[in-house]
Order: sequence, then C-alpha cells, then structure tokens
Amino acid sequence: MTRSAILEVQNGNLIETLNGLWRQMLEKELVDALLIPQELPSGINVVQTLVSDVQKLESPNPLAPVMPVNTARIVSQMTKVTPSPKKVGVVLRSCELRALIELVKLKQASLENIVLIGIDCFGTYSVKDYKNLAQDSSSPKDAFIKAVKEGKEDPSLRQVCQMCEYPVPMNADITIGLIGIDFDKSILIRASTPEGERILEALELKDSPETEVTKRDEAIAKLIEQRTKKRDEILEQTQKDISGIDNLMRTLAPCINCHNCRDVCPLCFCKECFFDSPTFEMESEKYLGWSERKGTIRMPTHTLLFHLTRMSHMVTSCVGCGMCYEACPNEVPVANIFRLVGLNTQKIFDYIPGRSLEDELPVTTYQERELLSVPEKL
Amino acid sequence: MQEQQEQQQQEEEFEPNIVGLLCHWCTYTAADLAGTTRTQYPTNIRPIQTMCSGMVDPVYVLWALLGGADGVMIGACHPADCHYVSGNYKCRRKTAVLKSILNTLGLEDDRVWLCWISAAEGQKFADTVAKMVDELKKKGPNPINEYWST
Repeated sequence: MTRSAILEVQNGNLIETLNGLWRQMLEKELVDALLIPQELPSGINVVQTLVSDVQKLESPNPLAPVMPVNTARIVSQMTKVTPSPKKVGVVLRSCELRALIELVKLKQASLENIVLIGIDCFGTYSVKDYKNLAQDSSSPKDAFIKAVKEGKEDPSLRQVCQMCEYPVPMNADITIGLIGIDFDKSILIRASTPEGERILEALELKDSPETEVTKRDEAIAKLIEQRTKKRDEILEQTQKDISGIDNLMRTLAPCINCHNCRDVCPLCFCKECFFDSPTFEMESEKYLGWSERKGTIRMPTHTLLFHLTRMSHMVTSCVGCGMCYEACPNEVPVANIFRLVGLNTQKIFDYIPGRSLEDELPVTTYQERELLSVPEKL
Repeated sequence: MQEQQEQQQQEEEFEPNIVGLLCHWCTYTAADLAGTTRTQYPTNIRPIQTMCSGMVDPVYVLWALLGGADGVMIGACHPADCHYVSGNYKCRRKTAVLKSILNTLGLEDDRVWLCWISAAEGQKFADTVAKMVDELKKKGPNPINEYWST
C-alpha cells in the first residue's frame, strides 16, 4: 500500500518548500508535535528539536548533512517509560529509523502515536567537520546539496555514510524522496502506511507520475550498488588491519577505556552496563594476582574484553550508524570493526537490523534444526 | 639418567586449562556421574555449574579466554531436552554469534566447544574432556597469555 505524491519546489528553494510542509503538518494538526532537526542560531550545528508550537519552527533543516545524535536514542528516551499520548512526527534518517526499529523490538521504545517521516540520505559529515565547514563558508548545507545534484560523492563525508547501503528509510510512514529526483523543481513524497496516506491526503498533494517513482527507484539501485562496492573495499581493508591478535591490539592501542562508544550507541541500551557493575569493583589482590601471573598488565584492565563483550551483546542489531567512531576521542575504527563483524554475523541468521518489526531478534529466537556445525561432533 | 630426562619432558608437556560452563541438568550431572562411577578423565577441566546453557553469557566465555584459559567447554542438554524448553537452542545461537566474532577478528574460535552431553552420559563427558585436552595440546597454549596489553 503505497502512494506517491509530488511536491513542487517553490523558487528552487528546497529547504523553504519543506518548511512549508512541516508547518502545514503542525497547523492542520496532523501531528501534535514534530521531532525535527533544526539549525542552531550560530549555524554551527543542527540538532533534533521537539517542536509543538508552529511559531517556534524557526530553522528546520533535516537535510543538513550532520547527525550529532542517533535519533533512535531520543525516541527511546521519550517513549520508553510511557508511549506518547499525543501524535508526534519524527523526522529521521535511514540508520536512525533502523536503530529505532531494533529498539522497539528490544522493548526500549514504542511507536504508538509516532509518525515516522524518513528522508532519503546522501550522507553526513562529522560534527567537527560540519562545524569547520559552517565557519569557513556560510552554508555547508547548500554546498552539499549542490554537490549531490552534480552527482559528486564528497570524500570527506563520514566513512560509514560512504559505505551505507541503506540510503532509503525502511518502515517509514512517509518518505521524503530525493534520490534521483530533480529537486530544484519538485520532490517525491511517498506514503507507505495508512497513517502516511492519511497525512498525504490532508496535505492535498497531487499524485506523482509513475515516471518519477521509477526514476527514483533506478537511482536508488545505482547508489546502493556504488555504496556496496565501496563498503566491500573499505571492509576488506579493515579485515586486513585488524585480523589476528597482534593487529587487533595495534588497532585498540589508542583506546583509553572511556566507553564513549557504548554511551552513544543507540543499541547499547542497558540501564546498567556489565562494565559499570560491581563485578568491576575489585579488590587490589585481583589486580596484583593478574600482574604477578603475567609480570605486568595494562591498566586500566579489560580493554579487549570490553569491545568483544559489547560486540557479542549487540552486533546482531548493529545498523552501522557510526556514532561510536564519532565519539571515540582517539579514532579507534570501532564503526568499521562493528560493521565488518555485524555483516558476517547477521548473515548467519539472514537478519538485517531495522528491516522489519516482524523479524525476530536473532538471539531471542531459534529453530530446532539449524547451526548444525556449531556444536562439536563428538 | 634416561628416566630423569623422561620425567622432565613429561613435566614440561603443556597441560591446557579448560573452563567448563556446565548446565546443572545435564553436563554437570554427567560430570558427577563420571565421578561416582570412577570413570577416569583428565584433570584439566575446571567445572563451573550454571543453571542452564541458555544463561551462559558470551562474556563468561570471553572472560575465561582473555583471562588465559586454553579452552572453554559449554556443556548443554541435547536438542529438545532442555529443562527450560529452549535454553540450549538459544545457547547455540549465542555461541554461533561469538564464534563468528572471534573468527572475523582472526582469533581462535575452535577454543570454544559447545557440547551436548546428557545427565546419563558420564562416559561421554569423560571422553569429551579427553578429546578436548588432546586437541588443545595439538593447538598449543592460548596465545593471549603472551600479551599483557589486552
């Protein structure tokens, strides 16, 4: 059940046209509030905002190529204790939506009364790069849109974005379609659920010609192909860089056990992480014992254990949003490692995180006859 | 003289340390059975009783391996025999995930054994430990012991 409509872009100004759409959604009370990225007054960063007063919808810009926080975390924060009593439209990217679907399955968020508005994503810069661009030029977002139009992929985009094979949101009620569309003239608004259709109806948009839909689908297929190729290249290098204990320890050498990667991960939702538990409040004898056995030990302890444990707990749901790498003060390539391991591990269960609410989480379900080579043949 | 040399060699032979995470309802009882029937098996295994293989968090296995154990045995009920219906199946999935991680990172996933051993299979428990000790002797000590920087 999908319907595609076309939104004419006024005076070639895409962002202003989209603003009209957000305003209408609030004015016509199609949603009671919008969770939408807005540019901060300084222009240096673009952050999620929860807007309930249309007058305060000052500088919405969900197309700005920066993602400081994975929005799935924010929706989880808002809906974990109680589902939303009012209708909230949530504007997010594909990786954020995929993480949110995983969190819903993990019972850490509720989609009740949530309208999911996904946007086609061309990639994002790190917060730092975006800040520098904003300080150098007045409008990194316009420059970015221009580059996209010219079909250029900026090599300074975050690496996880360059290798993201899911540029299009899955499971959105409404999708803002940009890929393969001449968005100087018009953009594609696609409804994929009854809720989405209701909103499309109320916005009084005219149906899109089938050719536009096909054009977008073709461009998406091409982009996915490009990105998948890039992904394989990057991950092949990652595999070489980390394989074996020597390489792995070299890769983890700059890790300072700050656990930032865990703190920003949308899937690391545990209220109390094992690594913050009393298990790690140890008597000095423990440390001295380990030290005496090996002669010396790295302090603080358990660097490798931390990363491997985090991986074993959430890698089947890892969407590869790369927030972990952004949060790492020392550029440990955690995102690439998790992407690589995630790909290999998710493959075993034919599982794609965020693909569907119906797919059960790999480690909460089982089949009686499967994985026959895992147990030892005795 | 020769006797002395032989004795020295024997002493120097590598004896693997195995951590056994054994389900209370099957493998742990099998280990008990092996004991009460005086079945001989190598003393390399350090059994730890768990209530179910389904509760074996991968971190237990990782802690043992990174702590220097040469091998980890997870003892679980045969398929369809789990006391809690499905713990062993879930354990199999978690073990698959863990092995995939170790494999991708180029660490030795064959130091982790998932074994179906029922409470009645004391002999099988003894044989499995013996087999694991043999295999680990062939593999040699866990290389992690050479690293202080983990």
